[in-house]
Amino acid sequence: MKPLRNFLDRIKPTFQPGGRLSAFGSVYEGMESFLYNPRTTSAPACAVHVHDCMDSKRAMIIVVLALMPCFFFGMYNTGYQHWLACGATTFPFFDLMIYGLLAILPRVAVTYIVGLGIEFAVAQMRHEEIQEGFLVTGILIPMICPVETPLWMLAVATAFSVIFVKEVFGGTGYNIFNVALVARAFLFFAYPAHMSGDAVFVASDPIFGFGPEAADGFTCATPLGQIAASIGVPGAVTGINGLAISRWDAFIGLIPGSFGETSLACVIIGAIILLLTGIGSWRIMLSVVAGTLLMGWIANEFAVPTYPASYIKPLDQFLYGGLAFAAVFMATDPVTASRTNTGKFIYGFLIGVVAVLIRTYNNGYPEGAMLAVLLMNALASLIDWVVVRSNISRRKARLKSSCAAKP
Amino acid sequence: MAEKLSYRDVFFNPFSKNNPVIVQILGICSVLAVTTKLEPAIVMGLSVIAVLAFSNVIISLIRNTIPTSIRIIVQLVVVAGLVVIVSELLKAYAYDVSVQLSVFIGLIITNCILMGRLEAFAMANRPWPSFLDGVGNGIGYALILMTVAFFRELLGSGTLLGFRVVPQSFYDAGYVNNGMMILPPMALIVVACIIWVQRSIHKELQEK
Repeated sequence: MKPLRNFLDRIKPTFQPGGRLSAFGSVYEGMESFLYNPRTTSAPACAVHVHDCMDSKRAMIIVVLALMPCFFFGMYNTGYQHWLACGATTFPFFDLMIYGLLAILPRVAVTYIVGLGIEFAVAQMRHEEIQEGFLVTGILIPMICPVETPLWMLAVATAFSVIFVKEVFGGTGYNIFNVALVARAFLFFAYPAHMSGDAVFVASDPIFGFGPEAADGFTCATPLGQIAASIGVPGAVTGINGLAISRWDAFIGLIPGSFGETSLACVIIGAIILLLTGIGSWRIMLSVVAGTLLMGWIANEFAVPTYPASYIKPLDQFLYGGLAFAAVFMATDPVTASRTNTGKFIYGFLIGVVAVLIRTYNNGYPEGAMLAVLLMNALASLIDWVVVRSNISRRKARLKSSCAAKP
Repeated sequence: MAEKLSYRDVFFNPFSKNNPVIVQILGICSVLAVTTKLEPAIVMGLSVIAVLAFSNVIISLIRNTIPTSIRIIVQLVVVAGLVVIVSELLKAYAYDVSVQLSVFIGLIITNCILMGRLEAFAMANRPWPSFLDGVGNGIGYALILMTVAFFRELLGSGTLLGFRVVPQSFYDAGYVNNGMMILPPMALIVVACIIWVQRSIHKELQEK
């Protein structure tokens, strides 16, 4: 590692104000602090605060690590669904993984290039350091979109959400809404034909000539999509080969869906990583689960054929769609969630309730997790305000009563 | 008015420096509602110019005889009369557009620009400057309306004034119209972009 450090130190003056490449100063700064801990935290002489190396950059990297199980499984599942669509009976592991990698790599590259490009440009314009916020967002966006989403749509959506959701509010840490989810919401409302329905969730063609050729015109909706489209009491959800999907398959994640969200098992692994490192809030995760189960139970108790999704059992709510993924990786985003502990419980609980409400009672939107999290993002600071105000008035009342008790 | 403005300023200020939509933030609702297509936006802009100019002149003419306590009602009556005339004219000569605009022509009565200009300008100025102010503000409003509608129709439907602008080869290559542009939220964002550009040109307008 020593030569790298020396190299960075040697080229540093070029990027300092006055140096030849000073226009790219923030790029240099960003790369340096990406590779090494920043040296410019508070100086030891005036260190009234205790710093550890757990700055937001490390936090982001741990979130990315926690996403990796979902990411790798997404690669496998993309390949698996494609092979299944082609009528294959054997599923060679490495071929599936390579196919999935080829499918997702251009998408990750596009979101990072567009998003980081904007971040770098803005940082340079404002003479600020580059913020690391896009690290997680850039990998989340392709993971929560269908694998068939065209690249230019991803680029447009990424640019839109980075500019209008993050930069205009002041950059990383100031955004009201979750940037990755807004990118998805933008795609969902702008290009609905490419974000829902039964033709976008399974890769249909060989990529760069790799992978088997599929039969023309096969379609397969996500389990939630099938349930929402069914008339009356929904039958068993089926995979792309027409066979029923077992609960175990849904738990492992071998179902059609957006790239990274299908596997409940991998989401749980990610959740454990986030909880052990203390980065994700257990209060939010727990209360989302509670809200989902309660609302799922109510909906299931009063199931009616008009709303086929109301026949989903409360626990099955987590097996299909992106609710579990959203609960672990989206709802816990510390910037857009409530800050107070009580607020976190309310915030998470309402996400669960609203997500199931949308799933169940609006057949047009088979999946409500995205809209639920965005709605609660908007209300998060209001929840905090109520919690803080009620705390103040409770303490005031206590003060008054203790004063009154004294003679 | 505190400072005396030249006729020139009265007419041209509303185009940009004192634009009714993006500086005074008036009439936003109709900007959201009628800008999915360029054609209704143009008609709407013309209607507002006409109503605003004539109501400004009429109110200015009778400004000294209106009792202060009922001035709002008098203004409303004048505006309502003009709006009904415009609405009838549209129904007679441009029926299709008037169907597209549906209630929004009628709702010009409640357009904040109308009451705003009548209260702020016509009640205190002579007819000629009031006329200029009305036309100027109407044009300022129409300009924003048309800019927003231009982008929304181009990106949302791929057409301008109903003519296909985005070539078929784009669609063959995978281009898709942006459905979000048709939805009202995008109109707000387009207006926000216009405000953004305008504020960075006229730094003195930036709010602290």
